[in-house]
Amino acid sequence: MLSRLADSLFWLGRYVERAENVARFIGVNLNLMLDLPMEPAHQWRPLAVTTGDYAAFEKNYGDPTRDNVIQFLMYDVNNPNSVLSCLQKARENARTSREVISSEMWEHVNIFYHQVSGALNNPPHDDFLYHFCRQVRFNSHLFSGLSDDTMSHNEAWHFLRLGRLFERADKTARILDVKYFFLLPKVEDIGTPYDIILWTALLKSASASEMYRKKHSLIQPAKVAEFLMLDPDFPRSMRYCLVNAEKSLRAVANTPPGTYSNNAEKQLGLLRAELDYADVGDIIKNGLHEYLDNFEGKLNSVGDALFSVFLAFRPLPKEAEPVQIHKMETQQQ
Amino acid sequence: MAFETYDTEIFYDELFEPDGRPRSSAAPLIQRLKAMSPEDLVRQQKAAESEFHQLGITFTVYGDKAGTEKIFPFDIIPRIVNHEEWARIEKGLSQRIQALNLFIDDVYHDQKILKDNLIPADMVRTSFGFKPECIGLKPPGGIWIHVTGTDLVRSSDGNYYVLEDNLRCPSGVSYVLENRSVLKRTLPQVFKNMSVRPVDDYPHRLLDTLCQTAPASAKGNPKVVVLTPGAYNSAYFEHAFLAQQMGVELVEGRDLVVLDGYVMARTTKGFERVDVIYRRVDDDFIDPLVFRKDSQLGVPGLMEVYRKGRLTLANAPGTGVADDKAIYTYVPAIIRYYLGEEPILPNVQTFVCWEPDQKKYVLENLGSLVVKAVNQSGGYGMLVGPHSTLEEQNKFAGLIQKNPRDYIAQPTLSLSRVPIIVDDHFEGRHVDLRPYILYGKKPYIIPGGLTRVALKKGSLVVNSSQGGGSKDTWVLDKPSHPPGRR
Repeated sequence: MLSRLADSLFWLGRYVERAENVARFIGVNLNLMLDLPMEPAHQWRPLAVTTGDYAAFEKNYGDPTRDNVIQFLMYDVNNPNSVLSCLQKARENARTSREVISSEMWEHVNIFYHQVSGALNNPPHDDFLYHFCRQVRFNSHLFSGLSDDTMSHNEAWHFLRLGRLFERADKTARILDVKYFFLLPKVEDIGTPYDIILWTALLKSASASEMYRKKHSLIQPAKVAEFLMLDPDFPRSMRYCLVNAEKSLRAVANTPPGTYSNNAEKQLGLLRAELDYADVGDIIKNGLHEYLDNFEGKLNSVGDALFSVFLAFRPLPKEAEPVQIHKMETQQQ
Repeated sequence: MAFETYDTEIFYDELFEPDGRPRSSAAPLIQRLKAMSPEDLVRQQKAAESEFHQLGITFTVYGDKAGTEKIFPFDIIPRIVNHEEWARIEKGLSQRIQALNLFIDDVYHDQKILKDNLIPADMVRTSFGFKPECIGLKPPGGIWIHVTGTDLVRSSDGNYYVLEDNLRCPSGVSYVLENRSVLKRTLPQVFKNMSVRPVDDYPHRLLDTLCQTAPASAKGNPKVVVLTPGAYNSAYFEHAFLAQQMGVELVEGRDLVVLDGYVMARTTKGFERVDVIYRRVDDDFIDPLVFRKDSQLGVPGLMEVYRKGRLTLANAPGTGVADDKAIYTYVPAIIRYYLGEEPILPNVQTFVCWEPDQKKYVLENLGSLVVKAVNQSGGYGMLVGPHSTLEEQNKFAGLIQKNPRDYIAQPTLSLSRVPIIVDDHFEGRHVDLRPYILYGKKPYIIPGGLTRVALKKGSLVVNSSQGGGSKDTWVLDKPSHPPGRR
């Protein structure tokens, strides 16, 4: 397929997933605030940090109050990672790959975008904000359902899924990193009455609370970290995302398991293997934050490798006439 | 909703006789519309509009910060063309397209028609659409104009006339298909009873046409792509729609490159040869090595591949010469010259300002004529005499004096009308008709085409950029029944 289209599909997958994650973070926090005695402002700060552009937030908004953070994350078109910005870009990518995706998918992304951009002029009343966040999440689920069930699982679909899984792995790592740090400056520091509620909120931020309880019952910080990073079956764990991203990547080039045919496969395979054989005790001992930071860095390099192997314009063979080649712009990470 | 107050006035109405009775071909439709309550009709109209919105068939309104998007206005009352009328249109267009194709081929080879002095050679040479770079080109299969949109109007005498031929990159066919699919859901019962000829096979036929004219180098298995200027082009929806419906790739210039004497597409698996390009990029932008040097939309070296016969471009470059509204006046002569037949569909009477006596007449009658720039479309560069101010007329008089070659004028036609829904009643609005003609092995004409409607009361300008909308066009399959026989 066209390199440009593969790029569009990858980012379509990423942006829809990103919109869902940001909306879920907001929804979980709204819910959490109702359980806390009074609204500690610092509960909203991590949200702006998680999406990776706190500097921009501070510059334009100042205090991380509830309203500021929600405005910034939901509707601010100057924030490239706001739900609205993500959907704008998802729609642009869907538009440029319209003949590859199914009509159902295009229509859905289009309607999805109109719902959120419509809310910009007529924002939901406080009481409906949670519902609105839920709607965004469901719309994203519907999109992934539509892509699974109305589109052939061909090369284009694999690029779409790669984008979705990369984004998901990245967001799970970030929310764990930021929240873990806020919740627990030291591992031994357990014991406020709201401890359980706060840890549950972290799990909910990754839609993981129910599945965690089925597996581990009791909330224990190390187990929570393990579940979000290393669980083999939970669809939002970093490991699960990478295992399946690797499957899609191999499907694109038809590479048999245990081998690699390009740099992207090599790097992704190495990173996935790290998670396969990791031990949560070792990770916490050596520093969870360092581990996650390192993971995010490596995930970005896999993305770069993916770009140069499949999506960038390769230089032409020598005998060709010199022609101007337009460099493809990478979209926002 | 009642038609009692509906007044056809002095105009030819496509659905009603002058005495107010429905035309026999339209009777079942009118019966059904009468039976529907105004609320239901308006609800159906609204539902159709929201469907267009959801499908994303929208224009971005430029200059609006909030990125407001609007749909191409659509009215659910269809325009009906009966069997006999259509048979004649079909024949006429088929004749016209074959003659125009021969004309273009002649212009870029022997120029017999110029040597025989049927058309002033200078007029052809000074045409904006005449590309000297195309002299000697041999398009695969001898086809230059694979896709044409010809604008027809019906005047108050009840006859169809050809208003202009669009031989470059005519757009709008996607609306024909979408209008139909929306209307099938909106008025299913009427549809069922009227044997309306289907249009859904257009993408299939387009692909067929493109494959039929593929270069020999494709060895019977051509790779076809649609070339678009990009997602910000106002017709992008259509480019994507046609690619999707044909199941071919939609490419931009930057996806293509010339390599080893062929045009190649950059794919995730390396380079892949392209044989046929249905291009929606204008001649001027298609190859910066041959045409405009500053083009970012084209593919450097593409024309050289084309010259060698290893590529099909649809339409071929250079076809704009027959798009010229001054050369248009010679189409009846062109038909007689190449086919030895009388034209089936007449032209609209046209004054060419290139001819001094005709120019004089135009300048003296600006208030009653429609003046058009020969190289513009979309309702731009146009003066509608009876609706113009003296100041506007003076401006055009100056333009014509300065550059007579660039202007033609036509009598102001009273275009036929079709009812549209206005609030809780019907009103007549002027329409034209743009059928699309495909030309591969032989011409094929989509039954119907795009009916454009001037939504503003009294307006004669149907272009979407000037407040026009569209309607579904129903070509009936069987000879129509006399009224009351259904």
